[in-house]
Amino acid sequence: MYKLLLLVLMPIFSLAQSSVQGKVTDKQNNPISNVKITIPELNDVLFSNESGLFSMIQGNRTLELIIEKEGFQTLEIQQSVKSDFTIQLEKITSESNIATVTIVKKQNTLGRKQKAVTNTQHLSQGELQKAACCNLSESFETNPSIDVNFSDAVTGNKQIKMLGLTSPYILMSEENIPTIRGALQATGLNFIPGTWAESIQITKGAGSVVNGYESISGQINYELLKPQKEDPFFANVYASNDGRYELNTHFGNKYSDKLSSLVLVHGNTRTIKNDMNHDGFLDNPLGNQVNILNRWQYNNAEKGIISFLNIKYFKDEKTGGTINDNSHEMVMNPNLWTSQVNTDKIEISNKIGYVYPDMPFQSIGFQQAFQYNKMHSEFGDKTHHIHHKNYFSNLIFNSIINNTKHKFITGLNFNYDTFEEHLEANFMAEYDRIDTSIGSFFEYSYDNLNNFSFVLGARADNHNRLGLFFTPRAHVKYNPFEKTTFRFSAGRGKRASNIFAENINILASSRDIIFKNENGKLYGLNPEIAWNYGTSFIQKFYLFGKEHELVVDYYKTDFSNQIVVDLENARQVTFSNLNGKSFAESFQIEWNINLMTHLNVRTAYKYLNVKTDYATGLLDKPLQAKNRFFANIAYETHILEKGQQWKFDATFNWIGQQRLPNTQANPVLYQLSEYTPSYQLVNAQITRTFSSTFEMYFGTENLGNFKQKNAIIASDNPNSPYFDSTLIYGPVFGTMYYAGIRFKIKDKKEQNQINH
Amino acid sequence: MKKIVLVVVFAFFGIQTNAQEQPNKNKKVEIEVNGNCDMCKKRIEKAAFSVKGVKSAVWHADHQDLHLIIDESKCSVLDVEKAIAKVGHDTKDIKATDEDYDKIHGCCLYRTEAKH
Repeated sequence: MYKLLLLVLMPIFSLAQSSVQGKVTDKQNNPISNVKITIPELNDVLFSNESGLFSMIQGNRTLELIIEKEGFQTLEIQQSVKSDFTIQLEKITSESNIATVTIVKKQNTLGRKQKAVTNTQHLSQGELQKAACCNLSESFETNPSIDVNFSDAVTGNKQIKMLGLTSPYILMSEENIPTIRGALQATGLNFIPGTWAESIQITKGAGSVVNGYESISGQINYELLKPQKEDPFFANVYASNDGRYELNTHFGNKYSDKLSSLVLVHGNTRTIKNDMNHDGFLDNPLGNQVNILNRWQYNNAEKGIISFLNIKYFKDEKTGGTINDNSHEMVMNPNLWTSQVNTDKIEISNKIGYVYPDMPFQSIGFQQAFQYNKMHSEFGDKTHHIHHKNYFSNLIFNSIINNTKHKFITGLNFNYDTFEEHLEANFMAEYDRIDTSIGSFFEYSYDNLNNFSFVLGARADNHNRLGLFFTPRAHVKYNPFEKTTFRFSAGRGKRASNIFAENINILASSRDIIFKNENGKLYGLNPEIAWNYGTSFIQKFYLFGKEHELVVDYYKTDFSNQIVVDLENARQVTFSNLNGKSFAESFQIEWNINLMTHLNVRTAYKYLNVKTDYATGLLDKPLQAKNRFFANIAYETHILEKGQQWKFDATFNWIGQQRLPNTQANPVLYQLSEYTPSYQLVNAQITRTFSSTFEMYFGTENLGNFKQKNAIIASDNPNSPYFDSTLIYGPVFGTMYYAGIRFKIKDKKEQNQINH
Repeated sequence: MKKIVLVVVFAFFGIQTNAQEQPNKNKKVEIEVNGNCDMCKKRIEKAAFSVKGVKSAVWHADHQDLHLIIDESKCSVLDVEKAIAKVGHDTKDIKATDEDYDKIHGCCLYRTEAKH
């Protein structure tokens, strides 16, 4: 066979008798032209032609060749010139030999979506890391649109507010599945570790109808880390001087280019007792939390399928109250008071999406989630247990009408909730209920591809307690000039309030619970209904060569019905339907300046007018500052060769006077002033990145060491009828310092690519 | 009877041939369209959408191409190219007239840029 081949080849060889051909290619066998080939022995220099070929005199010997080409590694080889040959050259990619310039546009960590019709802000992971960010409720501290309330000493949970309304009025969803609701509506954000979030989207005002009818003042959606994008290992350790320790570990695994999984494990503990304001009560509850999430992602780009499966479990225990607890004492000590809140959750959710391969504008998605939430709370002699099971499903179809200027989303969803609730306070009662709702929605969006777009959406739902109702929403965006954006939105929201779960901290007081049975279907009360209208204006401009952004927005929420929580009688708390007016007006002016590369300043002033008709008349909502000022300055150095960088971030908050509920019924010693003093807070953080895989951060909260005085009324006599730990308007602990590290192990493949 | 069979068979064939020649309702095409900037992008895409049957049109400045999804029963690629040339942008098959080209904004004059 060989001989035969030789025979055939011979004539060809003999034709080129006196010369051999050499070929120069790269590793992918693409020919390289204009390569300089030096043959010192023959004192000859050759260049390859367009096909990478060059000719040499044939001979029965080996010659030394020096092969040079810009952008490739110079090669010195001994080459036999008996027959034709090919030489492969290796490209230079490492920074040491040739300077490759990659221009990466720095993405702002906090961006307003200019394309979105809704007033939506996008917070990337970089922004989330600016605050200590133990959990999602704390991740908004560098954002002026959201106010983070101070955790009360008893539950330790922080609640957020948007447009002057607390979280029950904000629809909170995890990857567009409304998961933080029901029993965990008020506390749920505290159970999402900050490192789990890939990004957060904050939509002010009426949101999309796709996610349900419950949103009133806005929507917050967070995206979890995606298994396909994550590194094999990540760890974050955090410790603070108030005795809180956290550990986050992520394990990623890619089984193929289609299937990947991620295991996220979070644990936190607080074992140190602190009483910085010397009231005999713990400033923060002691506690432990274990939080586990296993995610699976399946992507098949060719078939247009993307799917996720999440399994989540967490357990949280918190103990608060007096520094000394009475668990070991034989006789009840009247000066001791303890609280215990245990929360458990199991959740399984799954999503599948299909994009038509020949029609990328058309897709079908299905999402479903099952969750079981359990919260057992004991506050002194009051007890509240709630078990909440929920099943949610949503079928979504996306397509176009004629062309992509006209898009629509339509679908069906189903929601099922069971609540088993038990309350022991000044009375004992069981509140068990089953809620089911089925709804359909249609949302049309138009974009003229130039300067005008709008979204009109509506949904019809049939709910066994809320009835059959219609939810309209509208959003308009107009850009009269390139750097000017106007937005308008209006919409209706309706929801069933879980009055005890949403106001759980009320139980940490001696107030008697009164609620007026008005023959409604929810605790004898009616569903909450509100309209929200708003407008926003964004102008970008250059002044003295600096980039500025001015944002002005105004929103108003008008309640047709609300569950009014009346604290004006210091002996009791009354839950009732709204009798009169209730509204929340929010005006915000924000001015952001890019002072120089890597130095950004954000400032904001906010006016909030939140009023409700209580039994004693139209009053400002208690514990709500009317005026607030916010400033944030962020600076970072250039990223060096190996990823070294410094990041500095500082936030200043001025919080104006807040009205306190009337305490005149108390003895003089236990009375509070009508308004709280205004106060200032400074938070700061420094991050040092040593390499792309390791960084450390150090920060402080409340640098001015502000402490609320009289945070707990009758703290010296907690079992008296005057005890109240719910009127918290500021920090009780004083200055807090924290430090932490982040470490990751990158994918080997990626690392190899970087090294070459 | 035979005739009926024939008719049925013919009808069937008719359907078959129809099926074979049935225009693709979601035909993906990439055509070369010259332009410069975001303003060009808006103008090109707007022109493409003005043609009935164009479902999706996305122009990429760096590749100088327009990704189209069209309903072939309603329009052809040539129709789209004509519409784009009319607003002043050269396509693979149809060049814009100098008159139309001169109407576009100064920063969009891609032809002069090519000469540099």
